[in-house]
Amino acid sequence: MIGTYWLLITPKLQTIKQRSRGKGSRTARQTLIGALGLLVGYGLYWGVTKLLEVLLRVEDLGRLLAFKVLSIGLVAMLGILLLSSLIAALSSFFLARDLPAIRSAPADWLAVYFARLTETLVSSSWMVLLLLIPLLIAYEQVFDGGIGFYAVSVLAFVPFFLIPAVVGSAITLLLVRVFPASRSRDILGFISIGAVGLLVLGLRLLRPERLVNPEASRELVDYLAVLRGPSSPWLSSQWTADAVVGYMDGAFEPFWLLLLWSTAAGLVVLGAALHSRMFPLCFTKAQEGADQRVRRHAGWRAYEALLSPLPLRRRELILKDTRTFFRDTTQWSQLILLAVLVVVYVYNIQVLPIRSNEALERWLVSIVFFLNLALSGFVLAAIAARFVFPSYSLEGQTLWLLDSSPVRTSTLMWSKFWIGAVPLTVLAVALAGITNVFLGVGIGLLILSLVTTAVLSLAFASQALAWGVFFPQFEAENAAQIPTSVGGLLFMLGAIGNLILVIVAQVAVLRGYVMSGFPGREARDPTGWELGIALVLTLALCGLTTLVPYRVASRRLDA
Amino acid sequence: MIVLEGLTKKYGDFTAVAGMDLEIPANCIFGLLGPNGAGKTTTLRMISGILRPDAGRVLLGGYDVHETPDSAKALLGFVPDRPFVYEKLTGAELLRFTAGLWGMSGPEVEARIDELLELWDLTPWKDQLIESYSHGMRQKLIISSALVHNPTVLVIDEPMVGLDPRSAWLFKDLLRSFVDKGGTALISTHTLELAENLADMLAVMHRGELVAVGTLLDLQRQAAAEGAGLEEIFLRLTRGATDENIERVLSR
Repeated sequence: MIGTYWLLITPKLQTIKQRSRGKGSRTARQTLIGALGLLVGYGLYWGVTKLLEVLLRVEDLGRLLAFKVLSIGLVAMLGILLLSSLIAALSSFFLARDLPAIRSAPADWLAVYFARLTETLVSSSWMVLLLLIPLLIAYEQVFDGGIGFYAVSVLAFVPFFLIPAVVGSAITLLLVRVFPASRSRDILGFISIGAVGLLVLGLRLLRPERLVNPEASRELVDYLAVLRGPSSPWLSSQWTADAVVGYMDGAFEPFWLLLLWSTAAGLVVLGAALHSRMFPLCFTKAQEGADQRVRRHAGWRAYEALLSPLPLRRRELILKDTRTFFRDTTQWSQLILLAVLVVVYVYNIQVLPIRSNEALERWLVSIVFFLNLALSGFVLAAIAARFVFPSYSLEGQTLWLLDSSPVRTSTLMWSKFWIGAVPLTVLAVALAGITNVFLGVGIGLLILSLVTTAVLSLAFASQALAWGVFFPQFEAENAAQIPTSVGGLLFMLGAIGNLILVIVAQVAVLRGYVMSGFPGREARDPTGWELGIALVLTLALCGLTTLVPYRVASRRLDA
Repeated sequence: MIVLEGLTKKYGDFTAVAGMDLEIPANCIFGLLGPNGAGKTTTLRMISGILRPDAGRVLLGGYDVHETPDSAKALLGFVPDRPFVYEKLTGAELLRFTAGLWGMSGPEVEARIDELLELWDLTPWKDQLIESYSHGMRQKLIISSALVHNPTVLVIDEPMVGLDPRSAWLFKDLLRSFVDKGGTALISTHTLELAENLADMLAVMHRGELVAVGTLLDLQRQAAAEGAGLEEIFLRLTRGATDENIERVLSR
């Protein structure tokens, strides 16, 4: 059994090994991602350390609060682990391409179960583990846990990761019994993204920044203090927290480790038994396709009618792109996260304490106006990277149809550009309008911000499309992978450069207005001339950065 | 109807197609044969305007595919070797989209779509997403998409992959009728029986070059294999595996 198990996981290990031996652009990308990961890890470590220091300052309750935060964090992690286990198990037990070969081979079923469980465990846990490490280091540092803390953590967290992987695999098995595998994947993907969105929104609406203000944080501290007892005694996250916290508190109880390991072992046995009984039937069921019948709703008919004035080929290309986008859950479900991030951003602007008529706040408003422009621009560039940059690559293996048809490349470019640019511009104008109304800027600056974000959107759409044409990723398995390529990185660098250029030009023209808000000077609004020149400069710059990439990419497609 | 003049394509140092000259008349089914890696797919992709040749040119109905693509491609229907299509469109939507690319829409197209789906027994699947289609159904759909705009030239790479016997018979009948009504078809295939029974003219490609062109009789002469079947001619022209090779493999 053990020999078969190793044989089954060897291809995966070899794949990881091959990937780590990347050359050229892949090495550069891996180094960059590694550096970013370290940066995020350090940021998390720093943030948790500061939070713990703040909490420990609370009289009597400090330690309890710090442990409560760990306990709540572990519950959240357990939830994430369970959700990602469901998706990972669906992939490794039912959708992987090597499954027909494995199913047809005389491989021991238990070895297959353990091999696929290992795959599920690794792919669902690695990201959470990377987040957990800086968090645990922070706790160890603050509470002076020493080497024993790490030993207890390893013993506690192995079953902590294993339990949701086994439970997730079992739930997936039952889910596939009811729904076809492809439909289950869509449902789970949607639920996961929705859950992450809610988590981000919830965390933001808690307004954690109030913690640094003792007056305002009292309310939050009181709330946490109510939860003195174990918050969830039936969850393995609580047992893990109890084991680790007990060690930090000098009252370590091996019972919690015993409970964790015996539960994990028991669940593995139950999972294996369930697998042996149900897997053959569920695997067969998973091969069935869902009913994929498409009905034309009123919304679609209205959209088709809206596009009817367009020339036939352009209309068909846009309709095709819209249909394929909205029918792919992995594509549109990311819009939920995007919407959450936009809401959080707008909320952040709304709660900024700068709306006042005093001179000090006036200079803050003018600074925040440009900061808002920079951040909105960055958000737009990131959205263009995710949704516009992959649009040419996504034609991939179906490009033969367009290439063998009498459709001109200019028609293809036109449709790809506008299908990206229109939603991006609508979002940009809405974002600029709402945030600047919250900031209380004058009508002149409001118009300038609306025009700037609109033309920046056009420029970003054009640049994203052009970089996508020059660095196509026809072999990518899903659209979300495509922007992580070298082309995606170059686009982001170019777009940020474009943004900085526009902001520098505007600040240079409007410097009289910006300086006027400083203390000791008489505050004034920007003059019509200043706004006019800033507007013309922005239009000229963005016009250039829209047209040049568009032309260059068209020529590339013609070649 | 299809003219290739000095057609050349290189991938780095490897020459996939080496200065190919060929003329395929109208009302003809032309079979292009050759072992794996002979350059057949590359040739067909250059004829269809998907790949740009390094040298030479392709004329369809007198129009240069790369100089006047609008006019040349308007005559063309292409079936690729692998049936990759938009998984998230329905069968009917793909055919409507394809017709749109050739500038056609309206009730005539809708009637044509129904006709083609009916022909291949795909009507019950008309509004189902293509991702739920089997390999054979996709192949039938792609053949339909090549026909939806009434082309005069069909270029087909491996037509029989995934087709059941009834559909294969239907395909042969369809192709013969297409040619009888004035069309021209170029088929690349490994199914020698199909080529022998269906093609009016044949060519054998090997290592990027045409090693024999003509009718079956012409090929027999060129291969010095009077009275031989296409399989023997093919093996002679492309130097296939010998009995000793087979013996060696199976003796282990």
